[in-house]
Amino acid sequence: MDIYTGSVASKGIAIGTIKELAKKDNSVRRVSITDVELEKERFFKAQVKTMEQLDGLYELAKKEVGEENALIFDTHKMMVEDEDYTDSIINIIETQKVNAEYAVAVTSDNFALTFSSMDDAYMKERAADIRDISDRLINVLSNKDNSALTFETPCIIVADDLTPSETIQMDKTKILGFVTRKGSVNSHTAILSRTMAVPAIVCVPVPSDVDGKNAIVSGFDGSLILNPTEEKVALAKKRLELEKRHKELLLQYKGKETKTKSGKKINLYANVGSVGDVGLALQNDAEGIGLFRSEFLYLEQNDYPNEELQLKTYKQAAEMMAGKKVIIRTMDIGADKQIDYFNLDLEENPALGYRAVRICLTEEEIFRTQLKALIRASYFGKISIMVPMITSVWEVERVKEIMKEIEVEFTSKKIPFGKYEFGIMIETPAAVIIADQLAPLVDFFSIGTNDLTQYTIAIDRQNQKLEKFYDPHHPAVLKMIQMVAQAGKAHGIWTGICGELASDQELTKTFIDYGIEELSVSPAAIFAIRKLIRELD
Amino acid sequence: MKSFEYVIKDELGIHVRPAGLLSKEGKKFKSDITIEKDGKVVNTNKLMAIMSLGVKQGETIIVKVEGEDENEAFDAIQQFLESNL
Repeated sequence: MDIYTGSVASKGIAIGTIKELAKKDNSVRRVSITDVELEKERFFKAQVKTMEQLDGLYELAKKEVGEENALIFDTHKMMVEDEDYTDSIINIIETQKVNAEYAVAVTSDNFALTFSSMDDAYMKERAADIRDISDRLINVLSNKDNSALTFETPCIIVADDLTPSETIQMDKTKILGFVTRKGSVNSHTAILSRTMAVPAIVCVPVPSDVDGKNAIVSGFDGSLILNPTEEKVALAKKRLELEKRHKELLLQYKGKETKTKSGKKINLYANVGSVGDVGLALQNDAEGIGLFRSEFLYLEQNDYPNEELQLKTYKQAAEMMAGKKVIIRTMDIGADKQIDYFNLDLEENPALGYRAVRICLTEEEIFRTQLKALIRASYFGKISIMVPMITSVWEVERVKEIMKEIEVEFTSKKIPFGKYEFGIMIETPAAVIIADQLAPLVDFFSIGTNDLTQYTIAIDRQNQKLEKFYDPHHPAVLKMIQMVAQAGKAHGIWTGICGELASDQELTKTFIDYGIEELSVSPAAIFAIRKLIRELD
Repeated sequence: MKSFEYVIKDELGIHVRPAGLLSKEGKKFKSDITIEKDGKVVNTNKLMAIMSLGVKQGETIIVKVEGEDENEAFDAIQQFLESNL
């Protein structure tokens, strides 16, 4: 058993036999010609044919990996007809009186060199695009086959490098995984393999004699295991099974409504902790973002993030979700989330201390900056603003006053903003008890079950000694959730849950019976919950 | 002739896809449209030339538009940059 490690380009596990992709012979001979016009004519014909092939690849890719990812072939087409590129080829044919193949190869090398000498990983990768289109042109010129690579049985593909067009043309049902000795996680091939959901690792120092050997590819730790032990295979099979089940759920439940058999619709949203997670939410078909934790904006900075930076982030999330709801929670700093530049004092009881909305309503300028960014972001998508740690009516009233002031300012300055929902988190017993007084002031309630449980049963979950006293399904907590949902219903607003309990499958039915209309869970839990809800009466 | 400066906001700078789209956008107009970075001037018709500028996030480019439809082209390119880069 030998293990070789590289970088992960696409997640997943593959177990199977290796097929080494022989390097294609792309060597080009320099041939002197006499009829320059004829050679130019050969080139222009090949250029047209190459562009037709790329049109075909574009259509194929559009079907397999979507328009967004297919655009690379459209761009390749533009490169083939690029003025500088074409001029260079024609110039070489004319001045050196050589064959078109050679002129393309020289031009390809020159252009690729420009990119590979750049000190930018992404731009370096573009040299591969130049080589890809040039090889295609040369193959057309010399009547070599540009068609798909075919395999008889499913296998793990090992190659020095793969071009986007090679990748997209392979029969997906025959590919278990990709391993390349070169390449990068920024390459189009890597992006395509992610979209095709084929595990891929790159920059792996694989020896040359691996064809036909058994192997495991792990698109988790980036390893290729040659001749694995039975134990390793069993482990990988288990992991593969888990992956497979998730994929099946995905296929079965992607795009499906989250609705019980009797037709009750539940909004199944995702909890995210950064803009990067929004992509994950989309992949898992979240119907919205139910909890966008804004703390990372503060944690990643050395000073308070300004309005523009925050706006950019919120706008990006709203635009990525394209019209779906994005509920952004205003900063929940304090307690277990400490930040140097906030200069918070050490507290005896941080959970009961100076945190979240309490900081916001003490240092209003910090809060105002965040609210301004959020309200401006509402111009670009469906933003909801949610404030955590509410215990009293006056807090909600004060937040609303500030928002009103901002709106007045924006209106007079002609700064655009859209409609947005305003809601609060219900995570203290106090808020539960006065939910009927809070409800008329807001558009929605979202129950944060982690804090609510801790405050209700007075247990610190970090303390292991208290384990036997800790009951996540404590009837007091469940009753509180029911009370909140009832208060919401009575005042015509919706109630959701965004804490850990939202993904507790034992409670899903109970919550729906209580009248909970939204569940916000981690992206990976979405399909399982959707499946469960669709099976409920 | 009209010109403006623009700071690239996209994380990856002017990468392949927006370069291609920019090139397409420019071809819609009769005007000559160029972008300049560090004294190097390229025509937006030329995809590879745009890419070879290697413009990164945070860098400034100068866009110049000249020709009979320069007003329309100016607005279109400005809007294109705002929403794509």
